[in-house]
Amino acid sequence: MHELIRDKEHLFRLALLFVVGIVLFLVVRGLFVPEGFGEIGHYRVGALEDNRDHPLTFAGRAVCADCHGDVVEAKSGGKHAGIGCEACHGPQAAHARSDDPSSAKPEKPDPVNLCLVCHRNNVAKPAGFPRIDPNKHNAGASCHDCHAPHNPGLG
Amino acid sequence: MEVDRREFLVRGGKYLMLFGGASAAWEFVLAGTPEKAPDYDAKRHWWAFFIDIEKCIGCGNCVRACKAENGVLQEPFYFRTWVERYHIPPRDPANPEREEHPVVDSPNGGYDGFPERYPEGDGSKNFFVPKMCNHCHNSPCVQVCPVGATFDSPDGVVLVDKSYCLGCRYCVQACPYGCRYIDPRSNTVDKCTLCYHRITKGLTTACCESCPTGARLLGDLRDPADPIHELLRKHKVQVLKPNLATGAKNYYAGLDGSVR
Repeated sequence: MHELIRDKEHLFRLALLFVVGIVLFLVVRGLFVPEGFGEIGHYRVGALEDNRDHPLTFAGRAVCADCHGDVVEAKSGGKHAGIGCEACHGPQAAHARSDDPSSAKPEKPDPVNLCLVCHRNNVAKPAGFPRIDPNKHNAGASCHDCHAPHNPGLG
Repeated sequence: MEVDRREFLVRGGKYLMLFGGASAAWEFVLAGTPEKAPDYDAKRHWWAFFIDIEKCIGCGNCVRACKAENGVLQEPFYFRTWVERYHIPPRDPANPEREEHPVVDSPNGGYDGFPERYPEGDGSKNFFVPKMCNHCHNSPCVQVCPVGATFDSPDGVVLVDKSYCLGCRYCVQACPYGCRYIDPRSNTVDKCTLCYHRITKGLTTACCESCPTGARLLGDLRDPADPIHELLRKHKVQVLKPNLATGAKNYYAGLDGSVR
């Protein structure tokens, strides 16, 4: 009769259910949300590090110049001065980062086919880009007979 | 020789200190090599790309370099970057109201170069367009990812968390530039990372490294000394599909209106 609310048990039970539900939600959330998620955005911070972890295949022209300064010298001022070494010689991280670079030597590029990768005739190439028809421009001869690959002008 | 406990502790402590000093020195040596450089602060960079269509010769070096650097599958439908050839036939003066549609081809993404297909001097317009992820600032692919596996990094690169991707393909459909694919090895999405493992070590991307004409250039818009600012000022530039307001960061110079 003097009780403010009669039969309070059902309220306690309901409150208990709510508390259990919230605790369960927090536990499940803690288990499934990976570490670092949401720290700087809606993603896992460690994913940045994962993307950085990939190994290198191309060493970069600056590394080549450390040892092959003579080639950089030969290229300077020529038409091929701006071209990275690995554009023609292929990816060389294994060679550049090896303790014994002479063991992982790059293959010498094929002198005709390599030049034609860029210089073969094609109407879609920009105007002014030097291009040749390999059947008409000294067919059968090696490009290197007349053009030095690192500085290909005819002097 | 007898070694009492006191002597043992003193010697052991000395050795420990020496060893600690040596390993600290070794850490310092390693930090000097670019791959261990810890001083990359993502907040101080904002990467963008400059592509000069007037310089692209369709040699396919970028496509080959990208596949080699990033271990992209060789099949001709997996590309992080590829080159398209546009051929716009001449307008017929008898029917000037009829606009000719461009013919676009990209044999193996340009991996093997482009065999000559169109005759010289037929009045058509022909050019190459290198394509890759635009690393959009308001990227549709990031917006649709239901789990936060694809995201915009603090330095403006759209990356994928492969350990978190469900492979649901929403982002593949959402990308208006067709830059994403599902890698069958992991069944997760894969795309251009802007060579994140290279640019965070002070190197340029593999495609830029191997481009012989300088048609591609990686630039840091937060670095006032970066040459990209000069290029963006000197050229008339456009991004692909500007009407979609994706915040694309690949700035094309000499972009023809027919390019989609």
